[in-house]
Amino acid sequence: MSASRIVGVARAVASKDLRIEWRSRVMTNQVLPFAAIVMVLFAFALDNDGILQRVAPGLVWMATLFASLVVVQRSFAVESADSAIDALRLAGVPSQGVYLGKVAALVVQLVVCEAVLAALALILYRVNVDRHGAVLLVTTCILGSLGIAALAAVYGGLSVADRGRETLLPLLLLPALAPVLIGATRATESAFGSDGARAAEGWPWVGLLAVFGAIFLFGGTLGFGPLTDE
Amino acid sequence: MSETSVVDVRDAVVLLGSFPALAEATLTIERGELVVVQGANGAGKTTLLRLCAGLVPLARGTARVMGHDVGSNRAAVRANVGFLGHANGLYADLTAGENLSFWSDVVGASRTEVAAAAHRMGLSERLLSTQVGRLSAGQKRRTALAVMAVRRATLWLLDEPHAGLDAPGRDEIDTLLRDAVAAGATVVVASHELERSASLATRRIEVVGGRIVESGGHS
Amino acid sequence: MSNAQTSVPPPTRTATTRNLGLIAILGSVVLALLGLFFTAEDVVQGSSVRIMYVHVPTAWVAYLAFVFTAVCSAGYLRGKKHSLNLDRLAGASAEVGVIFMGLTLVTGSLWGRLSWGTYWDWDPRLTTTVFLFVTYVGYLAVRGLGGTQQQRAKRSAIVALFAVIEIPLVHFSVLLWRSLHQEATVLRPNGDVRMDGLMLFSLVFGVAVFTVIFAWLVLHRNRVLALVDAVEMRGIDAALAARHAEGVPT
Repeated sequence: MSASRIVGVARAVASKDLRIEWRSRVMTNQVLPFAAIVMVLFAFALDNDGILQRVAPGLVWMATLFASLVVVQRSFAVESADSAIDALRLAGVPSQGVYLGKVAALVVQLVVCEAVLAALALILYRVNVDRHGAVLLVTTCILGSLGIAALAAVYGGLSVADRGRETLLPLLLLPALAPVLIGATRATESAFGSDGARAAEGWPWVGLLAVFGAIFLFGGTLGFGPLTDE
Repeated sequence: MSETSVVDVRDAVVLLGSFPALAEATLTIERGELVVVQGANGAGKTTLLRLCAGLVPLARGTARVMGHDVGSNRAAVRANVGFLGHANGLYADLTAGENLSFWSDVVGASRTEVAAAAHRMGLSERLLSTQVGRLSAGQKRRTALAVMAVRRATLWLLDEPHAGLDAPGRDEIDTLLRDAVAAGATVVVASHELERSASLATRRIEVVGGRIVESGGHS
Repeated sequence: MSNAQTSVPPPTRTATTRNLGLIAILGSVVLALLGLFFTAEDVVQGSSVRIMYVHVPTAWVAYLAFVFTAVCSAGYLRGKKHSLNLDRLAGASAEVGVIFMGLTLVTGSLWGRLSWGTYWDWDPRLTTTVFLFVTYVGYLAVRGLGGTQQQRAKRSAIVALFAVIEIPLVHFSVLLWRSLHQEATVLRPNGDVRMDGLMLFSLVFGVAVFTVIFAWLVLHRNRVLALVDAVEMRGIDAALAARHAEGVPT
C-alpha cells in the first residue's frame, strides 16, 4: 500500500465528496440555515446583549459541533445510499485513502460553516475582530475543523454501517470532542477580545488544537479501516 | 476440484447475527464458467456471493477464492473480484461519466480503459453526462457493470442483476455477461429467473437451506 | 465439531475466587472500621472527610477498569487467534468501570455538598470523570450493536482504544480550562486534605480492598458473558440443524 496510492485515493474521494456537495447544495441549503437559526435561537434564549457578546466564542463552537453532526451524517449517508462504501471496500481500495479523503472534504465544509457562523457572531452578537484576531480566528477554524473532522469521520463510518445506528453518532462524538471545544473556544475568545483576552494569548490554544488534530488524524487513519470492515 | 479452481468452498458456515445463512455449503467453480445460482428467498444465495467476495466473515469451514483464503484474509480476495448486489454502488448526484472516472482514479485505471469499458457496456456520450439519479434502472445496472469492467475483475459475482429491468434490458445484461466470460472472466449470477438462466448458463446450482445442490445443466 | 472459540473459562467457584471474595469482605469490614471510627476527623471538614475512603478508591478502580479494558482490547487485536475471552474481559471491565465511575460522581458530589454546600463545582477531576462516564456508556452501546461475536469484538476493541486515548486528552484540557478560573485557595474537598499516618494508610488500604472487589466482580461478570456467548453458539448449532431440515436435497 504505497503512500502515493493512498494520496491518490484521498484526492479522488475528497473531490468526489465536494463535487457531490456542490451539485446537491445540502450544505448551503440546509446546514448553514440550520447553523444560522441556532445562533439566533441562542439570542432568544440568553436575551442579553452583554452576555451574548461575552459568550459568543462558545456559541459559535457549540453551533459548529451541532452542525458537524449533520454534515457527517450526510457525508456518510451519501456513501451508504447505494452501498458505494461497500463497493469501495470490496474493490480493495485502501481504507486510509478513503478516510483521509473524507476528512479533507469534511474540513472544507466545516471551515465554510465556521466562516458563516463567525460572520453571524460579528453581526448578531456585535463582536469585534482586529487584524491580529482575524489571523488567529482563521487558524483556529482550520485546526479546530481538522480535529472535529478527524474524529467525526471515524465515528461516522461506524454509525452508518447499519440501519438504526445513526443515533449513536452524537453519543460517541460529542464527549470525544470536548478537548477541541475547550481549545477552540479559548482561542476564539482571544480572537474576539472577549472578557479582555488579547489575541496573543490565543496561540498556545491553537498549538493544543494542532496536537489534538494530529492525534485524532493518526488514530483515525489506523482505525477507520478495521472499524468499518465488518 | 483442481488447484486452479476459482472458487473452492467446503462446509462453510456464515452467520448473520446468530442465524446461519450458509449452513455447511460446499461448492467448486472453475475458471471460465458461467454459473447461475437459484434458490428461494432466504435460502442463502446472496450470502454465498458475499462470501466469495470477501464481504462476510466465515464462521466455520474453509473457502478459497482465486487462491486466497477467505477465512483468514478477506481483504486479499477483493482486488480481483467484482460484486454487484441489489445496490449499484453509484453516487446519484454525479453523472455516469463522473462515477466511472472516480472509480478509475481510485483503482488506478487509465482513461482509455474507462472509455473501453463504457463502450463495452453500451454507454453513450449522452448517458455518460447524465446524473445517475436520473438514469433508468437498466442504465444504472450497465454503469455499475462498466465499473466492474474498469476494475479489471476476473471473478464477477452478480446478485439478481436482472431485477427491475424490462425484457430488452435483461437481454442486454445476458449479452454482457456472455461477453465477459468470452473475455476471460468467471461469472456467478444469482437469479430467480428459471427460463432465462437455462439459456444463459453453463451450469446451474441451487441453494437450499444454506447448502448447495447441483441441479444439472452441465454442458 | 464444536469450535474452539466456544470453550468456557473454568468455573469461578474456584478456591481463588472464593478467597478473593473472603478477602474483599474482610477488607471492607476493616476499611469501614478504619474509615468510620479509628481515623481522625479533618481539621477543616470534620466528619465529612470520611467519604474520601470510598470516593478515592472508586475513582481509582474506575480508571483502572478502563485501562484494563484498553489493554484487553489491544491484546485481542494483536493476538493471532483473536481470543474472544479477551474481548469479554474488556467488556466486563468496562461495565464494572462505568458503575464505579457513577459511584465516584455520586460520592464526589455528596462530599462537596457536605463540606461546601454545593453538589457540583466543576472540579477538574470530577468533570473529566463525567466525560469518561459518557464515553464508556457509548462504548457499552457499541458493544450492543449486534452481529457475530468476532465482529462485536473487533469493533469494540477499536472504540475502546480511542476511548482510552481520550482520558489524558480530556483530563489535560479540562485542567487547563479550570486553571484559567482563579480557584479559591481554601482547601478543596476532593484533595489537599492533610493526612496523618493512619489516614494515609486507610486510604491506601481502601484502594487495595476496592481493587480486590473490582477483580472479583470482573471475574464473575466475565463468566456470565462467556456463558451468554456459549449459549448463543449452542443456539447456532441448533439453528444449523433446523436449517438443514429446511432444505430437502434432491
